Amino acid sequence: MTATSGPGFSLMQENIGLAIMTETPCVVVDVQRVGPSTGQATKGAQGDIMQARWGTHGDHEIIALAPNSVQEMLNLTIKAFNLSEQYRMPVIILSDEIVSHLRERIDLPEHVETTERKEILQPPYFTSGDEFPKGMPPLGRGLAVSVTGSSHDAKGIRATSDPEIHRKLVEGLTSKIRRDRDKLADFEMTGVEDCDIGIISFGCTSRAVYDAIEIVAERGIDVGHLRLRTIWPFPEEQVRKLAEATSKVLVSEMNLGQLSLEVERVAPESTKIVQVNKIGGGLMFTPEEISSAMLQNVAV
Amino acid sequence: MRRLSHNLHFARNYLREEVLPSPFCPGCGCGTLANCFLKAIEETGYVDLKQFVFCSGIGCSSWIPSPHFKADTIHVTHGRSIPVALGIKLARPGLKVVVFGGDGDLVGIGLNHLIQAARRNLDVTVIMANNMIYGMTGGQIAPTTPLGVKTSTTPFGSFEYPLDASRLVVASGASYVARWTTFHVTQIKEAVREGLAKEGFSFIEVIAQCPPIFGRRLGMEDGKRMLHWFRENSLHISKAKDMDDKALAGKIVVGEFVNTEKPGLLRNIDEMKKEATRAEQA
Repeated sequence: MTATSGPGFSLMQENIGLAIMTETPCVVVDVQRVGPSTGQATKGAQGDIMQARWGTHGDHEIIALAPNSVQEMLNLTIKAFNLSEQYRMPVIILSDEIVSHLRERIDLPEHVETTERKEILQPPYFTSGDEFPKGMPPLGRGLAVSVTGSSHDAKGIRATSDPEIHRKLVEGLTSKIRRDRDKLADFEMTGVEDCDIGIISFGCTSRAVYDAIEIVAERGIDVGHLRLRTIWPFPEEQVRKLAEATSKVLVSEMNLGQLSLEVERVAPESTKIVQVNKIGGGLMFTPEEISSAMLQNVAV
Repeated sequence: MRRLSHNLHFARNYLREEVLPSPFCPGCGCGTLANCFLKAIEETGYVDLKQFVFCSGIGCSSWIPSPHFKADTIHVTHGRSIPVALGIKLARPGLKVVVFGGDGDLVGIGLNHLIQAARRNLDVTVIMANNMIYGMTGGQIAPTTPLGVKTSTTPFGSFEYPLDASRLVVASGASYVARWTTFHVTQIKEAVREGLAKEGFSFIEVIAQCPPIFGRRLGMEDGKRMLHWFRENSLHISKAKDMDDKALAGKIVVGEFVNTEKPGLLRNIDEMKKEATRAEQA
């Protein structure tokens, strides 16, 4: 596991690609801060949504989890380790400066469930097509394992120009995540039945959304709220469900519109997607900013 | 077809048969370096490479172990072989960890890691094939390209001074540093044996010919002419140490730059652990 914020995350993107290609389990914590570049150091933001998805080059999938409390920093870190072992790939904890500087009471679990790494002692060592090895070959046991970031076959032998080997490898690496999209979706969905308006949030922003929902409830407005813990792979089914339940969905995020692009992609055309954005200074949304966006959009 | 085992070249015991022949250009120094390394392995008494892990980055010489060596080999991003070697050595201290890389990889993009590893006296052996150019990518100027040499990015000649990697690694604190050329096959082999046995960081720089990309620009299109050039211009460090820069211009200083006994990183960590345990118990 390693932890960093935006600039460090940018700097090391090449090696996230290496971890994907070599099927190396690891956990990377990205505490999002204002960017691009040095931006505003130590000030919170949620601008690395797309960097987490596409920061490293080439076709790939990624797992990214967004905690909104200290308790979830713990729970999702445990989950990230387990997922990284199960899928043999990097898992990103997409936190933000606001969540990461919180001090809250937490419950420590009495028992932590961990995924034990299985040893594979003969090929296939690496994914190829539908074959996705469950376990890892150990070093220093005389297996002569070839690990490379270049395209390779199931044994690990480099193949820098064979189109078929590359296709099978990269399709395999992406499909091992794509086929489990629903299983990987971790979320909280409330009030979707009979709502007047929908809202999608994640990370620190969701904490303002909870309060905003109570504020507008006093005016008799019901809000359907989808709070995403899994950002990637994008929980398409759950977003579609919310978007089909209402004619308008707000997407609140501390950037100029990143997750909203994905929401627009999966929502039916009849549902209007409204961006609610805030950037700069590390100032999180106030409940009133979110509630007034809700009121404004319900009225129209 | 000579397939009987007693007729096999000794090195084939240590090579992945299925990946041969190698992709190196005719006259390349990488084959010589691989041969010298494996000879040292054989003479030291290793019948296979099961105790070794090889790490390499990007460039022709990074392909020496990966995929050719029948061992655990890890081929990573450009310049990052040493951090990976550090991780492996700390996780599996019982294994011999060896890094192969070129000058672009180890003293270009990865230079910081080389200095830090030498400073820590990390218990790994780094073998650098220095061809004085970015060969794989078409002959761009490297940090090691001599002043005045024409490259694809300096068509009228380099206007920069080259880096002396071995002297830098000595200054950074390594236990063992030697530089030879691919003309000095016995010396390379001995340096590898010495380096592998050494506690702490060992660095072996091998000036290696790249005839099609570098030699061609110097009017030496075949490997043999480059080897002659190495022979004619190499100067042992014992003679070079009393000569000034002017007299050393155009010379390749070879030999052992440092060979000393000094605790390596692993021993220092162990000592610190003992100290911490003592402090805790007190």
